[in-house]
Amino acid sequence: MSENGYEHLLSVKDLHTSFFTDNGEVQAVNGVSFNLDAGKVLGIVGESGSGKSVTAYSVMQILADTGKITQGEVLYKGDNITKWGERQMRSFRGKCCSIIFQDPMTSLNPVFTVGNQIMEAIVLHTEKRGQAARDRALEMLQLVGINEPDKRLKQYPYELSGGMRQRVMIAMALACEPDVLIADEPTTALDVTIQAQILELMQDLQKKMGMAIVMVTHDLGVIAEMCDEIIVMYGGRICERGTADEIFYNPKHEYTKGLLRSIPDIKNMKERLIPISGTPINMLNMPKGCAFCPRCDSAMKICLEAVPEEIRINENHLASCWCNVRDARKNGEGAAEK
Amino acid sequence: MSDYILEVDHLKQYFPVRVGMMKTVPLKAVDDVSFRIGHGETLGLVGESGCGKTTVGRSILRLYEPTGGTVKFDGEEITSKNIGPMRRRMQMVFQDPYSSLDPRMTVEDIIGEPLDVHHLYGNRKERREKILHLMELVGLNAEHATRYAHEFSGGQRQRIGIARALAVDPAFIVCDEPVSALDVSIQAQVINMFEDLQAQLGVAYLFVAHDLLVVHHISKRIAVMYLGHIVETADADELMDVPMHPYTQSLLSAVPIPDPNTARERKRIVLEGDVPSPLKMPTGCPFRTRCRYATEQCAAESPRLTDRGNGHEVACWNK
Repeated sequence: MSENGYEHLLSVKDLHTSFFTDNGEVQAVNGVSFNLDAGKVLGIVGESGSGKSVTAYSVMQILADTGKITQGEVLYKGDNITKWGERQMRSFRGKCCSIIFQDPMTSLNPVFTVGNQIMEAIVLHTEKRGQAARDRALEMLQLVGINEPDKRLKQYPYELSGGMRQRVMIAMALACEPDVLIADEPTTALDVTIQAQILELMQDLQKKMGMAIVMVTHDLGVIAEMCDEIIVMYGGRICERGTADEIFYNPKHEYTKGLLRSIPDIKNMKERLIPISGTPINMLNMPKGCAFCPRCDSAMKICLEAVPEEIRINENHLASCWCNVRDARKNGEGAAEK
Repeated sequence: MSDYILEVDHLKQYFPVRVGMMKTVPLKAVDDVSFRIGHGETLGLVGESGCGKTTVGRSILRLYEPTGGTVKFDGEEITSKNIGPMRRRMQMVFQDPYSSLDPRMTVEDIIGEPLDVHHLYGNRKERREKILHLMELVGLNAEHATRYAHEFSGGQRQRIGIARALAVDPAFIVCDEPVSALDVSIQAQVINMFEDLQAQLGVAYLFVAHDLLVVHHISKRIAVMYLGHIVETADADELMDVPMHPYTQSLLSAVPIPDPNTARERKRIVLEGDVPSPLKMPTGCPFRTRCRYATEQCAAESPRLTDRGNGHEVACWNK
């Protein structure tokens, strides 16, 4: 425990989030835990339906009406915010923790000017009013590199390009200097050259303001460029976590290995890709054991029956795959025993 | 038989855009684009959204009536008169596997429709056999034939779309962002299938996409588009190793590389600003407003594609 009286800035412990649909309960997030410290960039990677976005929404408590956190805690500076009421959460969102969404087209309000929307956050969370709030909004637009910020303040979202709207979103999210920024696929809707601009901007702002970032994406390239630590998710569970180097150069979960094999290798472009067989998981019909088991080439009998425990590969690397348990037993290491 | 399956010369595609009550101005979506594709070859066409890459594909198949230029298929010029029978030999796979399949048709009817249109079977039995063969070719089970498109996942739907394109036994397919709507783990399955089908059937592709890693993997040659113009074409490896046009250079440097060491070492060339509106096209070189090397000549005159050896063509005054 540090001198602040808490261990980590943000700490998610055994988070379970379910959606209650007409077809039954969908366990979108199933026992996710992670810690985030100030100034770090954590990447959450996975394909659609892996639960990566729902994890982010659960932290912010902005789930759809059918969704509910059924188990687990989210600790912000040591306080369990899942116990907080709507009032408290409102002061948490934007001030302590902000989120940027994937689609800058639909996440800005079309009937208010850009300035109006940035100022709303400032007025809500700080003492600044009127001209002071306006100045702060202007300063934020300058900070995110928007040209002619004076003019933009009075413009409506439809008058801006996609890249510019995403900059406005970032300006809005950072206006109250949050400790944590959650970026949910922030560049997926943008072109590569604009994506590069936005990623550069985020890295730059992070250095200036020292916030922690949770980067949710399906793009392994973005993850490799941005993140210190990576969590790989599949079927609502964490398969593997570790530093970027460990995940990319020493993957220890069959899903991560498959994912890395299925993208073109920059060093050997003409080599045939090795796809992951099968189809993405159906969350209504989860397998009993490891979620990845139906698509895994190395599946064993135990994979069908039991969910693998997370075991430590080394100090920077954890993975939940029965193959590691088997290999460890083979090598006669008792440490990997459950 | 011509040397090339497809020869596109000075293709222009303008769309009239209304400004004010009476006036329209042309939006130059594709302006003076020329390229060739050999038999059984893949040409990758890359560029950012709005650069006209999709329009090129559609104009070739006459889904739009081109404003100018010629397209020759196997030596024969395509006109609005002969496009009907021509479409028996050229097909298209669309980006969105959700909206490109009719939700009220079974898989069998979707794949069978081109066969019906071109009368490619003698009796019902032959039709069914052909459909089952096509389904097998793209890795779908025979029992899927009576199902509807909504019962399938994205990757499987894209397979249905590909089977439909292959039904008429085409020599050339325009693939318009065929994998960008799919998850990474499924993308590789579909990309491998495109490669297998090419090896098996000798079909040529125009592979339109924005994902440079995927395009590099599948293409023999790559053409880079910016604001309706091709700015550079070269062999895939050459283009990736020694890009010459400043736009290609910054595009390549902007692609996120899934490899932490490479990502740390390399330097991004971040472009300033946004792509100009195609309604207010800059004079001269279309890229000059964002180019680091722009000179007065770039503003005065538009550079042409010129060969710099090995078929590496670049349209730039300064390179």
